Amino acid sequence: MSFSWAKPYEPKHPMMRWLDDRLPLPRLVYGAIGGGYPVPRNLNYWWNFGVLAGLFLTIQIVTGITLAMWYYATTGGAFDSVEHIMRDVNGGWLIRYVHMNGASFFFLVTYIHIFRGLYYGSYKAPRELVWMLGLVIYLLMMATAFMGYVLPWGQMSYWGAQVITNFFSAIPVIGEPLRVWILGGYAPDQAALTRFFSLHYLLPFVIAGVVILHIWALHIPGSNNPTGVDVKDERDTLPFHPFYTAKDGWFAAAFLLFFAIVVFFAPNWLGNPDNYIPANNLSTPAEIVPEWYLLPFYAILRSFTADFILPAKLWGVIAMFSSILLLFFLPWLDKSPVRSGNYRPVFKRFFWILVVDVLVLGWVGGQPVKPLTVAVGQIAATYYFLHFLVILPLVSKFETPLPLPNSISESVLHGEEQESAPAGSGRPGVTTVAG
Amino acid sequence: MATEAESAEGSRSLSETGEGVRRRDFLYVAPVAFAGVGAVAAIAPLLWQMAPPADVQAQATTEIDISKVQTGQRIKALWRKQPIFVAHLTPKEIADANAVPVSSLRDPESLGQRTQPGHTEWLIVIGVCTHLGCIPLGTAEGENRGPYGGWACPCHGSMYDTAARIRQGPAPKNLTVPPYKFTSPTAVTIG
Repeated sequence: MSFSWAKPYEPKHPMMRWLDDRLPLPRLVYGAIGGGYPVPRNLNYWWNFGVLAGLFLTIQIVTGITLAMWYYATTGGAFDSVEHIMRDVNGGWLIRYVHMNGASFFFLVTYIHIFRGLYYGSYKAPRELVWMLGLVIYLLMMATAFMGYVLPWGQMSYWGAQVITNFFSAIPVIGEPLRVWILGGYAPDQAALTRFFSLHYLLPFVIAGVVILHIWALHIPGSNNPTGVDVKDERDTLPFHPFYTAKDGWFAAAFLLFFAIVVFFAPNWLGNPDNYIPANNLSTPAEIVPEWYLLPFYAILRSFTADFILPAKLWGVIAMFSSILLLFFLPWLDKSPVRSGNYRPVFKRFFWILVVDVLVLGWVGGQPVKPLTVAVGQIAATYYFLHFLVILPLVSKFETPLPLPNSISESVLHGEEQESAPAGSGRPGVTTVAG
Repeated sequence: MATEAESAEGSRSLSETGEGVRRRDFLYVAPVAFAGVGAVAAIAPLLWQMAPPADVQAQATTEIDISKVQTGQRIKALWRKQPIFVAHLTPKEIADANAVPVSSLRDPESLGQRTQPGHTEWLIVIGVCTHLGCIPLGTAEGENRGPYGGWACPCHGSMYDTAARIRQGPAPKNLTVPPYKFTSPTAVTIG
């Protein structure tokens, strides 16, 4: 697909040649994840998380389909059917705990994947669409996870559904009718539960479709790499198979070990105990907290406490949605032509401040509303927007990046010594390999 | 500069050479446009089915017997699967509510506007916080009623006064007064 030196598929067995002439599926696989797809040779472990995200999507689909064989989407039966899965269905506890924690791990690896892209400038040209399709996947993941969380019909399920669907009622004029339409009633009830189940089953397959587009768009320019320097010739790359299949395989096995520890020894560590209480539409839990992976956005939502032209409630909802939509414009907000944060000393500092800022927002989102936590949340939320709208454009304007290596192979084969002396900088003996 | 005769000749030659708008273009556009409108119209029932069905709408009225609600007592009822707060206000609660200048409120309404003439001691509201839909505490005995003696939402700290008006916190509106009427001195129909 991508580079001229990519090896074309050559069927060895006559059967495969017969198949290739009629349905070139092995050719597609070979060119996409086989020996026919050249990948930069210097990818570090941060590049393993995309494959892991794909692995967790697969785990979620497989365990989800099996759980659906036992789950009843009725307000009277949902909670009991989940308990039935946990207690009586053969291995049901395992499948449900894998599904429950699989969602958390899917978000964990996706967040690492997103921050890897932020640090190494993977959103920059020519990969803007790869980035934007990734954000679409992320939005779909949040919708899917929210609807999945409603299905057990526990207290957090019910009140989470109530609070999230109330976001829409913040919209002027059409808000309340829209909320009633989404729920199919005036409060979460059977209609809402059934449609959430229907959509929760559908959306993972939509995600899988967008993942295919995401990978397709990625394979046009090929992967970014830790230097952020473009691939120049064959010495810069290795075939995906066997090099990256082996590396991804070993890392997936190691990571699944970590996943297994949580599933087997702390399966409810990331969950909320209130969701083991059946839904009660007359009693709100003392503290409504979303799952950990949505906490930073929840903190932004709650940061607005006073009306300013528009009601505070509407501001909160606008800010929460903008915090993600803003990322769609990132390729054009960060104008620096240097991709990798390794060569951007000022950007690198602000990147780590952003990481801390998002962690602080996550902490605030999980705390009860108190003057102190609200104030911390307001500062952190303001900084989040400042980072993308002010700091990044300014840094890309005023920062002097470090010199880039001539090529990927040179940075790999000659070590750090020559990285700091690019072609044309006047130091002798630098351009011998790359010519 | 083109004269009228020249431009008329130009347009004639265009239609003769097959450029410009032709009958065939109309034949392409008309059926595609017709099919497009039809396809969009077909989406309507798919969206409409998601609105509240007839049985949900049929739960639109609820009868509440208020004969046993003592002065100062508050009860919960259910209307359209949403809680209704019925509060039998004490003279002090009424005085507290009337002591607040209406213009100082975020959602300016007097207690009189929120109750029915001749029944000002009966406050009936939907018990759903206008922020994000939690049920405020303060109806049952011993629950936190907040600094204004009304209701206190546990989710994001909205505080309501004895007339269930928003006084503090993120909620934009007072607790909603549903449509209701007194069918007898001791019975109320909501909806």
